[in-house]
Amino acid sequence: MRNEYRYEKRKYVIAGIVAGIILTFIGRLYYLQIINDDYKEQAVDNAFLRKTVYPSRGVIYDRNGKLLVSNQPAYDVMVCMRNLKGLDTLAFCESLGITRDFFDKRVKDIKNRSLNPGYSPYTDQLFMGQLAATDFAKFQEKLYKFNGVSVRRRSIRQYGYSVAGHLFGDLGEVSKKDMANDGYYTRGDYIGKQGVESFYEKQLRGEKGVEVLLRDAHGRIKGKYLDGANDVAPVPGKNLVLSIDIELQQLAERLLKNKIGSVVAIEPSTGEVLCMASSPTFDPSLLVGRDRGANHRILSKDKQKPLLNRAVMGTYPPGSTFKTAQALTFLHEGIVTPTTQFPCSHGFVFGGLHVGCHTHGSPISLVPSLATSCNSYFCWGLHRMFSAPQYGRVQDAMTVWKDHMVAMGFGYRLGIDLPGEARGFIPNAAFYDKWYGGRWRGLTVISISIGQGEVTLTPLQIANLGATIANRGSYITPHVVKDIEGEELDSLYRFPKRTLVDKKHYEAVVQGMREAVLDGTCSGADLPGIEVCGKTGTAQNRGKDHSAFMGFAPMNDPKIAVAVYVENGGFGAVFGVPIGALIMEQYLTGTLSEESMAKAAGIERKKIIYGEQER
Amino acid sequence: MASRNVNLWKSIDWLTIVLYYSLILCGWLSICGASYDFGVGVTEFFSFDSRAGKQLLWITCAAVLGIVLLNVEKKYYELFAYPLYLLFLIILFVTPFIAPDIKGSHSWLRFGPVSIQPAEFSKFATALALARLLGSYGFSMKNRMDQVKMFAVVLIPMLLIILQNETGSALVYLSFFFVLFREGMSGTLLLLGVCAVMYFVIGVGQSEAFFSAMPVNVGAFVVFLLIPLFTAFLLGMYSKRKNLAWIVLGGNWAGTLLAWLFSRYVIPFDITYVQLALLALTAIYLLCLYVLERYASYILIALFALGSIGFYYSCNMLIDKLQPHQQMRIMVLLGLKDDPSGVGYNINQSKIAIGSGGLWGKGFLEGTQTKLNYVPEQDTDFIFCTIGEEQGFAGTTFILLLYGAFIFRLLYIAERQGKDKFTRVYAYSLVSIFTFHLFINVGMVIGLTPVIGIPLPFFSYGGSSLWGFTILLAVLLRFDAERDTHF
Repeated sequence: MRNEYRYEKRKYVIAGIVAGIILTFIGRLYYLQIINDDYKEQAVDNAFLRKTVYPSRGVIYDRNGKLLVSNQPAYDVMVCMRNLKGLDTLAFCESLGITRDFFDKRVKDIKNRSLNPGYSPYTDQLFMGQLAATDFAKFQEKLYKFNGVSVRRRSIRQYGYSVAGHLFGDLGEVSKKDMANDGYYTRGDYIGKQGVESFYEKQLRGEKGVEVLLRDAHGRIKGKYLDGANDVAPVPGKNLVLSIDIELQQLAERLLKNKIGSVVAIEPSTGEVLCMASSPTFDPSLLVGRDRGANHRILSKDKQKPLLNRAVMGTYPPGSTFKTAQALTFLHEGIVTPTTQFPCSHGFVFGGLHVGCHTHGSPISLVPSLATSCNSYFCWGLHRMFSAPQYGRVQDAMTVWKDHMVAMGFGYRLGIDLPGEARGFIPNAAFYDKWYGGRWRGLTVISISIGQGEVTLTPLQIANLGATIANRGSYITPHVVKDIEGEELDSLYRFPKRTLVDKKHYEAVVQGMREAVLDGTCSGADLPGIEVCGKTGTAQNRGKDHSAFMGFAPMNDPKIAVAVYVENGGFGAVFGVPIGALIMEQYLTGTLSEESMAKAAGIERKKIIYGEQER
Repeated sequence: MASRNVNLWKSIDWLTIVLYYSLILCGWLSICGASYDFGVGVTEFFSFDSRAGKQLLWITCAAVLGIVLLNVEKKYYELFAYPLYLLFLIILFVTPFIAPDIKGSHSWLRFGPVSIQPAEFSKFATALALARLLGSYGFSMKNRMDQVKMFAVVLIPMLLIILQNETGSALVYLSFFFVLFREGMSGTLLLLGVCAVMYFVIGVGQSEAFFSAMPVNVGAFVVFLLIPLFTAFLLGMYSKRKNLAWIVLGGNWAGTLLAWLFSRYVIPFDITYVQLALLALTAIYLLCLYVLERYASYILIALFALGSIGFYYSCNMLIDKLQPHQQMRIMVLLGLKDDPSGVGYNINQSKIAIGSGGLWGKGFLEGTQTKLNYVPEQDTDFIFCTIGEEQGFAGTTFILLLYGAFIFRLLYIAERQGKDKFTRVYAYSLVSIFTFHLFINVGMVIGLTPVIGIPLPFFSYGGSSLWGFTILLAVLLRFDAERDTHF
């Protein structure tokens, strides 16, 4: 019985074991469920697949409502390596029109983590991008046979016209840098490269949405989580209306065929760019779809640089178009009055310097000097300004001159809504001090007065000069986008800026430009019934002269300002004037007369031989 | 002796019935959660096509079965204990020959549309037979013949179930040793058994870890920490010098700590050698004490320490001699192989399910891990995951406490039987069986015990296990209801 009692105490051992087990379990559960957070995240990663829903990208219209850029479906072929076992490779390759070697290479590349850092055998990987709808139709019929192969619908650009590639820009996959700059992007997303697509990327792209899907242990999708309560619908991108008149753009690009150069037209009252052509150019649809990479390579290797938008990226000596800006500066600074006359004996001859000119009457006043594009007049003007006592030293005179130029939109980026704009070059006193070691005077730098020497402008800046003169002293920063859906334009594109020159001085310059058309260097620009004002430019450079033209019309109610620049085109009157005239005629009358059409065809055919060097 | 006029209504232990139905209800709700598929209506739970609906049917059948058994007098159970046991031995023996192969196990008998697992019912027969044997007049633990009978009653059905390839169910029979312990079996024997299992489970197949600069076998390290612990425990039990236990334990562990510090900060070396040397010193010290004091326990305890080391190394050698696939099976059985798509994957997903529940859980039917089939066997062996995920820490703690209350109630019933050894042994069998199931099943799901597929009583889906446990309980309630009539 003593033993019995001794054994009875063992019930405490057993009860202790039971209690110990339960307490240990509760402790363990406290750790698993309360303290440790890893499991919660893992459960979320397990069960929820956050699928991105891509918004449709905003479409682009021209100023007359014509659809320029829209979207078309394309299909990415995706493979999930883990489920790919047992794939009928032959049938798969055949239905995609690829070779077995290509297939093997792609599979190898997908598995190579240095090429494809996001690789996982459990998730879909891009096998082949942007299958066109027609190719996809063939592939889709057989898709059910291919385990582990799926299709992701993407949308790519479609172009209504084969012009304005520089303006539109293109879409490409985001780079590492893009992703680092903006957390919005993930691998494989598209982003605007160049042009409006790049500048208005944020407006065009919209906002991605997300679908929270439930995924089971086998990777199968079991429907939406909470019936889509946590889903975020994508926000479609905003549509854009360009200020471009697509017919004018087509004409401009036609006229520049076989030549290197650009045409820019601006509506003076609004700063809206009506057309912006750069030649050589490319068809924007070349940079869409599966062949984008190959085409891009060809274009970027072309020595004539067709991808370069010369209208905003090219910087050129403005030549005689610049004389208008000089005349305005001289008038405002009181260096000359409209009646001041300077001698011209086949050029400017002074202090051992000779700047050549052509035959016209002498002495000559402002209006005829603009009409005949007299070099001598402007050399005298600059010489007089740079030696005028009111400024003191020549450096101070130079600073006043430079400030005028900058106020007219030169020397700095205008701020057009396109990426990659160049600023051109307006020298200042410090520049020449350094260049000449401080020993220089007006005569040393005399060629800047006729748009030569160190001065360079972009064709856009030349066109903007035309618009400023048309407005008699003010301009709104040129821009190519007229309206953004549901959003106001940047104030830069809504409010005018003024130059430093009094409005009254503009009339004399306008008069000079009108005379140039009526009885001067621009006589080819005269349009019946329209008061056209113009100024030619013939810019010297290492090769044959560049042919330039700047003008606007009508004189008293300007609707269009144009700049034309044809590299190595010779005299301004050869290419600049007729192209400018045709652009103005097309825009102002809505069509071209029969005579003009023949002229346009002639210009289109004229080819300038540039040789093999890089441009 | 026994009266026919037992007033069941008055003398039955209602608290146990309340606890039983609480567990059954929680279990049924868990099955609803585990078998629920997103997008299916809740009415589905009452359709017999669904698992929840079928379980309702099993629960009803179990209730009927329970009521029938409650009305059978205790004397018939005593009378038929051995015949029933023999009948089940025969059934267990023939089962592997006539049972179809289900995932490599031959343990299910088909009767038309119903499948029954005899192993779930043989626990009842074994408990009854053991109670009958231990409760019989003149039975003594000291008697060699009685000892053989006692072990035979437990081990024969266990071996037969191992032959069916149901190792998990067979291991449950080990829990009867706790019953034997309560009835007077030497505690040392139980301790030796526990030691052997621990050395094997902990020591075999462990990988090496870098403690300092040197790789150290984790299994050897832990086992060599446990040996002084058990040795000290034995010394505390049997030695007259009570401080000896603390000297041995302190000396070994402090020496190991110093060795670890030396290895970490001075010269890296494998510290298990130091542990071995310390254990050898302990054995020599005990032998010296034996020579001085002539007290036999010292030499036995010294042999225990040395034998433990020998056992550890022979286990490892034995495993090394086995074929790779046999090794793998043992590793998998012990849950030591971390195979992402195999056992390791299941445990990991099960821990994710439970861990993601947090304090209050994701809500009834809101669990994603279980609904999306990340957790295997989610309505049978891994049912506890569903509770963890959907009801959180609050739910799991509640269930464990409910279980604790249930087991303690059985313990209480066992101890209030007075001189009725038959009922006490039977009741202790229940305590041991339920505890063992809870320990192994929940321990497996939360990653504490090896993966051994046995059900969680009243929770895991399935008629056989529910009926098996209900029979065990109903019969105990009948015995308990008759206890007053003995006086």
